[in-house]
Amino acid sequence: MTTAIAPDLTARPERRDLRVTTRRVFRSEWIKFWSLRSTAYTLLGAVVALVAFGLIAASVTSGGGTFEGPGEGATDPTDISLAGTQLAQLVIGTLGVLLTAGEYSTGLIRSTLAAVPRRLPVLWAKAAVFAGVVLAVGAVAVFGAFFGGQAILGSDGASLTDPGVLRAVLGTVVYLTGIGLLGMALGALLRNTAGAVTTLFASIWLLPGLMQVALPDSWNDAIGPYFPSNAGSAFMTVSPGSDLLSPGAGLAVFAGFLAVLLGAAAWQLKRRDA
Amino acid sequence: MGGPSVRTGLTTWRSTVGSLDPMIEVTNLTKRYGDKTAVDSLTFSVRPGIVTGFLGPNGAGKSTTMRMILGLDRPTAGTATVNGRPYAEHRAPLHEIGALLEAKSIHQGRSAFSHLWAMAATTGVPRRRVEEVIDLVGLTEVARKRAGGFSLGMGQRLGIASALLADPRVVMLDEPVNGLDPEGILWIRNLLKGLAAEGRTVFVSSHLMSEMALTAEHLIVVGRGRLIADVSVAEFTARAASNTVRVRSPQAAQLRDQLAGPDVTITSLEPGVLEITGLTTDQIGDHAAESGFTLHELFPQQASLEEAFMEMTRDAVEYHATTTTTTRAGASPGTPGDELAEAGRAA
Ligand SMILES: Nc1ncnc2c1ncn2[C@@H]1O[C@H](COP(=O)(O)OP(=O)(O)OP(=O)(O)O)[C@@H](O)[C@H]1O
Ligand SMILES: [Mg+2]
Repeated sequence: MTTAIAPDLTARPERRDLRVTTRRVFRSEWIKFWSLRSTAYTLLGAVVALVAFGLIAASVTSGGGTFEGPGEGATDPTDISLAGTQLAQLVIGTLGVLLTAGEYSTGLIRSTLAAVPRRLPVLWAKAAVFAGVVLAVGAVAVFGAFFGGQAILGSDGASLTDPGVLRAVLGTVVYLTGIGLLGMALGALLRNTAGAVTTLFASIWLLPGLMQVALPDSWNDAIGPYFPSNAGSAFMTVSPGSDLLSPGAGLAVFAGFLAVLLGAAAWQLKRRDA
Repeated sequence: MGGPSVRTGLTTWRSTVGSLDPMIEVTNLTKRYGDKTAVDSLTFSVRPGIVTGFLGPNGAGKSTTMRMILGLDRPTAGTATVNGRPYAEHRAPLHEIGALLEAKSIHQGRSAFSHLWAMAATTGVPRRRVEEVIDLVGLTEVARKRAGGFSLGMGQRLGIASALLADPRVVMLDEPVNGLDPEGILWIRNLLKGLAAEGRTVFVSSHLMSEMALTAEHLIVVGRGRLIADVSVAEFTARAASNTVRVRSPQAAQLRDQLAGPDVTITSLEPGVLEITGLTTDQIGDHAAESGFTLHELFPQQASLEEAFMEMTRDAVEYHATTTTTTRAGASPGTPGDELAEAGRAA
């Protein structure tokens, strides 16, 4: 006799809609993203890296010197002002790894998947929140670095309306977002922060160099442009050299890497024990 | 109304009550990790309206079974359903089942409030309810602090809060008393009974038979991944009840002579105290009254529940034949070859 146990049940007027929806999962991931203090600090770190290195590189160059540091060797005024991209991608990529691998290392993933047992919405929502935030914060930082750098370079500086400049600036924002998502996918695949960070940056920095040493020149010329970092350079550089893909092809290759890795992460998330 | 006067914090939220159909159903559930069989063709169901205890020694497969019920681990074979469906197919999962898992399932850098608020957001539970469960488990003071600094018991309370967030029809807790202080243990005992009285399905794992005897009405006992018993607590207690009775009397020596008989064993561990086997408390009391002996203590030995439990789980296979609801014929105890053969059949 259930009536004896719970006489007030039928009288309950409101029956809440407790369904899990895409919107709600997105909201949950948004709350998770901003409720870790380290996340905000890390983002701030990326902004500082971009702007500070851009300004430093521009100052050194305008004083007739050669900037030595991340992004060194650039001669184009836009590229100079975006010298901080090298460091910023390290920060953003690591943050991406932490957002997924951190769920596993802390055990949070079990709560997350108990709440959203279909699993995939979690990955998409996480990616959407992160991509949105990096696009917004990255845009502020990249444009800040660009305008600041050009102001320092003065008459040697570039204008957004010069050919390829706007594309390169926006491309940098897109590239940083993409590296963040690559980190996120690797973190989800490897479930281990150190492993995923190492893999990400080895494939960005080490692999192209290693290949240059290991492979005959003709092979390297053929494969080289397709590495994620070089594909990125193709759309981040104002006038990509002949050793790089065209900006459009570079973007397509970069997006391809992203799609493959996120797809693999999704496939594994769906299949593997949490 | 009527039931225990325990505040579960859910009454203003209640929208469903279970029918009497089983709410958790596990059928031939099997999980192997490599060549380790953690759960071995387990079949049982858990009914609403009562607390069901899930007992077994370390490594028996309790936590693994619970993870499979939640869809976190994929069964090697067999199925687990919650309220009639695999958990992942529910539209409002946290409303179907609220769970506390064995390992901490939180990010240490987040506050208790943020953790619960993020979980609540997935399913549209309002902020008011988050505050409510925080109050309910007694974490109000520390709700905005990093969960990483929580003690074991506080972590358990946070886990219980998250289990109760979305007014679940089924509450499944993996060793909830772990790390709780006596006051907390009493609190959770009453909470569980209250939840069951509201018509919810309550499924709780434990190592402690004595604890379950106080809280649960029904027991699922497992050992080495297999079902050992599926019995009511009353039946278990009756079956297990030791025939040892402890008696304390100033006339212990005379009483001892008086009670001696062919089927009666009496030992005395300390002066004035007798441990008597072969007579019930009623019989002893009557004898004493007839002879005018004074009794200061007369009670059946309580430790016997735990002993019976250990005896039962000492060798999982041995008990297959003696329990009513086991599904498998017993193989010879624990030969690895047999285990493999069984596993092969289950797959
Ligand atoms: N992810 C895993 N990988 C490998 N083996 C596992 C895994 N999870 C559990 N096991 C093994 O499965 C068996 C059952 O473990 P489980 O944690 O389910 O037992 P339990 O009944 O919860 O024990 P306890 O009472 O100690 O919590 C154990 O032998 C354990 O070592
Ligand atoms: Mg366990």
